[in-house]
Amino acid sequence: MNLRASTWVERSGNLALLILWGLAAALVIYVFVGGGYLISVLQFAAVYVVFVTGLNIFMGYAGQVSFGHNAFAAISGYTSAVLTTKYGWEPLPAAALGLAGVLACALIIGYPTLRLRGHYLAMATLAIGLIAYDVAVEWGSVTQGYMGISGIPPLGIGRWTVVSDRAVLLLLIVIAALGVLASAAIRRSRLGRALVAIDGSENAARALGIDVARYKLVAFLISAFYAGVAGSLFVHAVGFVSPEVFGLHMVVLAFTMLYVGGIGTFAGPALGALIVTLLPETFRTFNEYQDLAYGGVLILILIYAPGGLTSLPHIWSSMRRKEGA
Amino acid sequence: MSALRLDNITRRFGGLVALDNVSLEIPAVGISAIIGPNGAGKTTLFNIVSGFDRPSDGRVFFAGENITAMPPEQIAKRGLVRTFQLVQLFDNLTVLENVKVGRHLHTHGGLLTALLPYRAAQSEVAVDAAARHLLQQTGLTDRGEALAAALPYGQKRLLEITRALAAEPKLLLLDEPAAGLNREETQRLADLLRQIAASGTAILLIEHDMSLVMNVAERIAVLDFGRVIAQGTPNEVRQNRDVIAAYLGTAEAGFA
Repeated sequence: MNLRASTWVERSGNLALLILWGLAAALVIYVFVGGGYLISVLQFAAVYVVFVTGLNIFMGYAGQVSFGHNAFAAISGYTSAVLTTKYGWEPLPAAALGLAGVLACALIIGYPTLRLRGHYLAMATLAIGLIAYDVAVEWGSVTQGYMGISGIPPLGIGRWTVVSDRAVLLLLIVIAALGVLASAAIRRSRLGRALVAIDGSENAARALGIDVARYKLVAFLISAFYAGVAGSLFVHAVGFVSPEVFGLHMVVLAFTMLYVGGIGTFAGPALGALIVTLLPETFRTFNEYQDLAYGGVLILILIYAPGGLTSLPHIWSSMRRKEGA
Repeated sequence: MSALRLDNITRRFGGLVALDNVSLEIPAVGISAIIGPNGAGKTTLFNIVSGFDRPSDGRVFFAGENITAMPPEQIAKRGLVRTFQLVQLFDNLTVLENVKVGRHLHTHGGLLTALLPYRAAQSEVAVDAAARHLLQQTGLTDRGEALAAALPYGQKRLLEITRALAAEPKLLLLDEPAAGLNREETQRLADLLRQIAASGTAILLIEHDMSLVMNVAERIAVLDFGRVIAQGTPNEVRQNRDVIAAYLGTAEAGFA
């Protein structure tokens, strides 16, 4: 009896989640067909899916904290922007060089800082993000300071470029989907298990032969790579970059997405990115109360689904179990 | 031949001497135990042996190799695996996944293996079979898909040992494995430990539970105030006067 009830409840919780995903997919199709400015909102969401999916590998799987991954988006974003506009590089080699730079920086930064724990690591990463912002502002001869760089060409190879809004959105969705799939594959692998193990107990992980420092660095590099991809995609999709694009705001937004969607799950961050970018648009009709409504919904989600929206089936079933008891 | 050898280990914490010139040899077969009253230095000794702490003085040898300055993961690689007094499971992983993490040292593959579907599937087949086999041995098979955090306490203890076994240790260090277990669970634990020892894995346990130690250990060392005050078979230790005075007070009845 009890058993049957709990499976029914879990199924209905899963159903709620399925409906949520269905709505998200329907919305994407609707926007895709209907067009309009919501296309660029979805482009933005897709770029953030890549960013937070990567951040989730470091923060959700391995249980570390970083306030500084915007720096990696900035490094590859600016590399792409400068090389394509000033030096006439093709977008792909420019992005490749940017990503190589991101990995090199992440290695140099990660090696010493990942020996720090808890708050110290968080503070160190925060500093990195702020430094990247300051460099973008002050290194005017390359970044053009607050003015930013405009006229960044769209993505493409040779004569084939992705120009139309719909094509760009499609490309971004494909890349974002690949990013989520890769994250899921990592979670199910020996590597992913080791990362989640480190989150669970560093001591137990070490006692079983896991080189904790090395695995944290690997997670840091992977997440920095995702951030770099997001950075390059962003500047090519929008055609413009300025320091604000990769500022502290990016970190706040990414954290919101992680926690709303469900940190530690492979699909949660993607759902969070979609919802957090779309929510403000849904409340546009509220005019001056838009931010209030948006903030209210976020708080409600965090109160009633503290594990994020992907934890709904779980919460649902434990709620029913309590009622039954 | 001895698996583990401690040479004049001393550990000071400020003015406190937790271990005072301890020398011990733990053989490479069978079940050995270290007992002693609270604060005798048992856990400090374990931490030093497993690389989580460094001695102020002295050296630790494992299979003839000096492991004194090695980090825990290097020591684990050499076949010395420990559990913890407060159970340390990976709460966010399922029971099965916990055991799979235990296979870490005997499996390969990083990012590339994870991202290539065929290779990923292949590497999972072996680790999955090994982990399920172990769960069967320790009787946790039907809990495989449960989150480790959801297990009742006794099964958590059992899972921690299963996970340690997955690393195929030569010497398994168990820090109070019977703490918090009821009598029936303790009895099953004793059976499991004998079974593990019989399959060729040496065991060193620290324990408060006298019935378990006297029941399974072939050799016992007694620590008191950081010093080894007695060594021998359960019977020898049981009759040692220093032990009775230090550990049991005056009543011998505690050994029953």
